[in-house]
Amino acid sequence: MDESARLDQENIAIEEIEHTADWAIRIRGKDLKTLFQNAALGMLHFIQASSHRGKTRSKLVDLRAIDNETLMVTWLEELLFNMETHEVNYTDIEVREVENCRLRAIVQETPLASIKKEIKAVTFHDLKIQATDDGYITTIVFDV
Amino acid sequence: MIRKQDFRRLNPVTWEIPQSFRQDMRVPVRIFASEKILEATLGDRSIEQAVNVATLPGLVSHVVVMPDVHQGYGFPIGGVAATKLPDGVISPGGIGYDINCGVRVLSSEITVDEAEPWLDDLASALYAHCPSGVGVKGSVRLTAKALDKVLRQGSEWAERNGFATFEDVLRTEEQGRLADADPSCVSDRAKQRGRPQLGTLGAGNHFIEVDIIEEIFHAEAARAMGLYAGNLAVQIHCGSRGFGHQVCSDYVRELQNAVQRYNIRLPDRELVCAPLDSPEGKRYFAAMACAANYAFANRQVLTHHARMAFEEVLAGKVGNWDLSLVYDIAHNMGKIEIHRIDGEEVTVCVHRKGATRAFGPGFEELPEEYRDLGQPVIIPGSMGTGSWVLLGTEASMNLAFGSSCHGAGRTMSRKQAKRSVRGEQLLTKLESQGIHIRAGSMPGLAEEAPQAYKDVDKVVDVVCEAGIAKKVARLKPLVVIKG
Repeated sequence: MDESARLDQENIAIEEIEHTADWAIRIRGKDLKTLFQNAALGMLHFIQASSHRGKTRSKLVDLRAIDNETLMVTWLEELLFNMETHEVNYTDIEVREVENCRLRAIVQETPLASIKKEIKAVTFHDLKIQATDDGYITTIVFDV
Repeated sequence: MIRKQDFRRLNPVTWEIPQSFRQDMRVPVRIFASEKILEATLGDRSIEQAVNVATLPGLVSHVVVMPDVHQGYGFPIGGVAATKLPDGVISPGGIGYDINCGVRVLSSEITVDEAEPWLDDLASALYAHCPSGVGVKGSVRLTAKALDKVLRQGSEWAERNGFATFEDVLRTEEQGRLADADPSCVSDRAKQRGRPQLGTLGAGNHFIEVDIIEEIFHAEAARAMGLYAGNLAVQIHCGSRGFGHQVCSDYVRELQNAVQRYNIRLPDRELVCAPLDSPEGKRYFAAMACAANYAFANRQVLTHHARMAFEEVLAGKVGNWDLSLVYDIAHNMGKIEIHRIDGEEVTVCVHRKGATRAFGPGFEELPEEYRDLGQPVIIPGSMGTGSWVLLGTEASMNLAFGSSCHGAGRTMSRKQAKRSVRGEQLLTKLESQGIHIRAGSMPGLAEEAPQAYKDVDKVVDVVCEAGIAKKVARLKPLVVIKG
């Protein structure tokens, strides 16, 4: 699915919030899987990456961490690292499982053409994944 | 929420939040600010972040907040905190992701009158020679072994490989090399990110500027630095690129466990830390030193390319197109220093995040020509306004662990800046003021609009009134290169 179309569907779940120097988003999800997926889509929306024509490759991402907040940072950093060093863009992301501080996702990678915005890092600042009546919510601050 | 009445005013430009303000504070917080700057600062969460910093174990004296402060993550940008060795903590988030982000200024004998016809060519040549923007790669190709040398040697590597002169090395903080660097404490991921990026500017607020020296305030110091009114100077502002970002990310994640092991309670997880004498603390310090050395080498390679651009455009058109380094300083760094606290000499780790070391006269590490004057301090302003060269003072040692501000400081979020300013309009406006701009991204340019920042002159007035720095020269931009 086209990334911008995907974001239009999810726009209620991803909200940019004011931060004097850096960039912050508030993410919602009906379950942890959706929360992690929306966080990745929100970050990719900010980066505004584009792809070269080329082969799309499906890849399994399997990550573990000491808690869900660390898992969130690890997950987003994994995507950023691969974009920079392996020069890939993500045309689709499907988080299949977030359970016991383990994430499994299938991502579709294409050759990266360009990135408009640089994210230096995903921070732990004020990072807390909270359960709500409708699912989960968290705020993520990125160093840009 | 912190209010103005929570502060005690110690003098017209110094305000204190006492330790009693919050139960978990270990030391007070002192902010250098005019009344107006203080009031503006209360509009974001920077002071709350400084209060959070004041809870770290092993802090001495007080947490310092500079007048260019703004909200960051964990620490505020513009914060200084010193922890006592051996068991005080070191916090990667208190140094920042862009380890040894810093700035250097180079002087020249080129007058603005002789350079004026060539400024646009100079802008194009600098943009071509100095790779900038997101995801850009440098012209220096490093093997794994060569990268380890950069990490251990910093500016010395640059000198050995023809990117630096001996004088450049002498005029760099720590002579461009932190001795404790140990590449074995750095992840493979950081090394993978670092190898292709040496000699690149990056994006965001990083820049190269050609300035005119507009006014001299301290003739003796300006002469020692080679700064003369009407001449060109060059500033280069950047850091350790993806290498430093990865080092910080790795250790912020790794230390999430350490705080539990050492039973450290924190109000914000971004403040994770470990005792300086712990295995985790020592490993982070050794990795941070590698990133610091990478950044020193990075600015030096960019300096080499800037010199090539000047030669390409100005050789044969001006008498002397050489650029001499005045000084290079870090503004995101943790340093082991000796400070006098309550009459005693104490070895501390000074965390400066968005703050500049500003040592006074007599400091032995300084090059001979600056030793009796004090350390040069460079304060870049926003791109349409001005920048300053200052001198560190003796008073700064007692008031601020030998530190000063590092820039103008943001007042407006990037989102707000883009709402208020269009990149194309800003470009036209700055060009109508005679500033030649080369920028990779128009929205990126809008985010860095002058109105998104505080007035750098007012920030500098505060640090000078507080006695932590002295004015030497004011610079005004003529050429701006941004990623």
